[in-house]
Amino acid sequence: MKTLVWVEHDGSTVKDATLSAVTAAAKLGEVHLLVAGHSVGAVAEAAAKIAGVGKVHVADDAAYAHQLAENVAPLVVELMGHHDAFVVPATTTGKAVAPRVAALLDVMQISDVLSVEGEDTFTRPIYAGNAIATVKTSDARKVLTVRGTAFEKAAAEGGSGTVEAVATTGDTGLSTFVNQEIAASTRPELTSAKVIVSGGRALGSGEKFHELIEPLADKLGAGVGASRAAVDAGYVPNDYQVGQTGKIVAPEVYVAVGISGAIQHLAGMKDSKTIIAINKDEDAPIFQVADLGLVGDLFKIVPELTEKL
Amino acid sequence: MKVLVPVKRVLDYNVKPRVKADGSGVDLANVKMSMNPFDEIAVEEAIRLKEKGAVTEIVVVSIGEPKAQDTLRTALAMGADRAILVTSDTKVEPLGVAKLLAKIVEEEQPQLVILGKQAIDDDNNQTGQMLAGLLGWGQGTFASKVELAADSVTVTREVDGGLETDTFRLPAIVTTDLRLNEPRYASLPNIMKAKSKPLATKTAADFGIDVTPRLTVVSVAEPAKRMAGVKVADVDELVNRLKSMGIAK
Repeated sequence: MKTLVWVEHDGSTVKDATLSAVTAAAKLGEVHLLVAGHSVGAVAEAAAKIAGVGKVHVADDAAYAHQLAENVAPLVVELMGHHDAFVVPATTTGKAVAPRVAALLDVMQISDVLSVEGEDTFTRPIYAGNAIATVKTSDARKVLTVRGTAFEKAAAEGGSGTVEAVATTGDTGLSTFVNQEIAASTRPELTSAKVIVSGGRALGSGEKFHELIEPLADKLGAGVGASRAAVDAGYVPNDYQVGQTGKIVAPEVYVAVGISGAIQHLAGMKDSKTIIAINKDEDAPIFQVADLGLVGDLFKIVPELTEKL
Repeated sequence: MKVLVPVKRVLDYNVKPRVKADGSGVDLANVKMSMNPFDEIAVEEAIRLKEKGAVTEIVVVSIGEPKAQDTLRTALAMGADRAILVTSDTKVEPLGVAKLLAKIVEEEQPQLVILGKQAIDDDNNQTGQMLAGLLGWGQGTFASKVELAADSVTVTREVDGGLETDTFRLPAIVTTDLRLNEPRYASLPNIMKAKSKPLATKTAADFGIDVTPRLTVVSVAEPAKRMAGVKVADVDELVNRLKSMGIAK
């Protein structure tokens, strides 16, 4: 089987989510990549070094600069003329592009793949991860989005793919990029952080969130996350959200501060290796998944913990 | 301008799903069912656009079992104008739903279709994008802000790194994220009024679309359970534990 993996990038570097998708695709067959963007020569070169990749198709055009689904879907459809599976990291870009491609190919997509059980059989989470479905597809071609935390990352170095330019399919004129508000942070990105400190609504305000969570995160070299409640309350921006509809994370250590543990939040972090919970309510559901729990007032505990670490 | 809002009846988000003992699926017998929360946000957004005068009619549609009628009535009670129920004997996958919706779009000619970004049962996050692909329309996915103009819609989208704003030519698709709005509750008088609002019933077969599922569910299982660990007495004990686990130095 020939697979085409969507390379998730920011215009200059290949994102880690790509490496997990490569691992998933390698279980199906040959791995070819697609880099779509504008002035993405460096990304294509980096992508060609990923272990085990064959061809790296590069579509370099201003129409692909922001990877708008309307413009990249026809490009992918074109390439799927000689590939059997389109394998996409389950990032927001991947989630926007893959179903559009699937519909154009008349394929039922399999979302958030957790494991490859065979060339047509996969597992995926349903009901916020409260159940795992094993599904078998009858479609000849496959479109999959892949959950990054479920697959080891392929080695970023060691490969020797061949870079090949592909013809542009142009601008559909359906959509126009206006602007982006991307928070610049020196902290590790949530989806690749080894340690994450997350705060919940119990912090009470954005000021307290920054005052308590960030020093602890700095001490641990951690990324910072939040529950939906904390994001809804405006303490932190949307890109902090961990959960069913936010980011799915599985760090070595996840520290949940003032998070009760709604199933929607647990769906986003319960595969973390070690979970530490700090909450004043000893019956909070978060303690049912936590390896280490401390019941008490987070406003006292967190500063003390930050100091003693 | 007419807006179409597809809605799905799902297990209520407060109910903990239970996997059936025979591994055939999740038990939906005698449990509370509600409108998919993202779809409620979609209905609310359409109503707000109508209240602003940008929209003249809101048509809601649901595809599924006959009981989805309750979900449509809820949308009508919130403020939608009329409803279309498309019943199907078999489960309809997002691809089939998108194909049926494309047919309804052809008949109804809306300028905007607002959908929830995903349903909280199957968590597919596909239908809006698929419909956009089939229609050749733009897709403003994961919307946290929607600004409608005469011939375009500008959507602020929740993306992994933060927010991205894009403009789409009308007609277009919008899929809702959590922070787009807070849906209203239907008032009792509006619930009564909704009972007399028009609701047309069709079957999937009426549209001549083959909705045979492409995926077979081999089995459904509970995920590996995490065991609760220990509770520590104080910060010192927590720090010691973290040190012995190699997490803290």
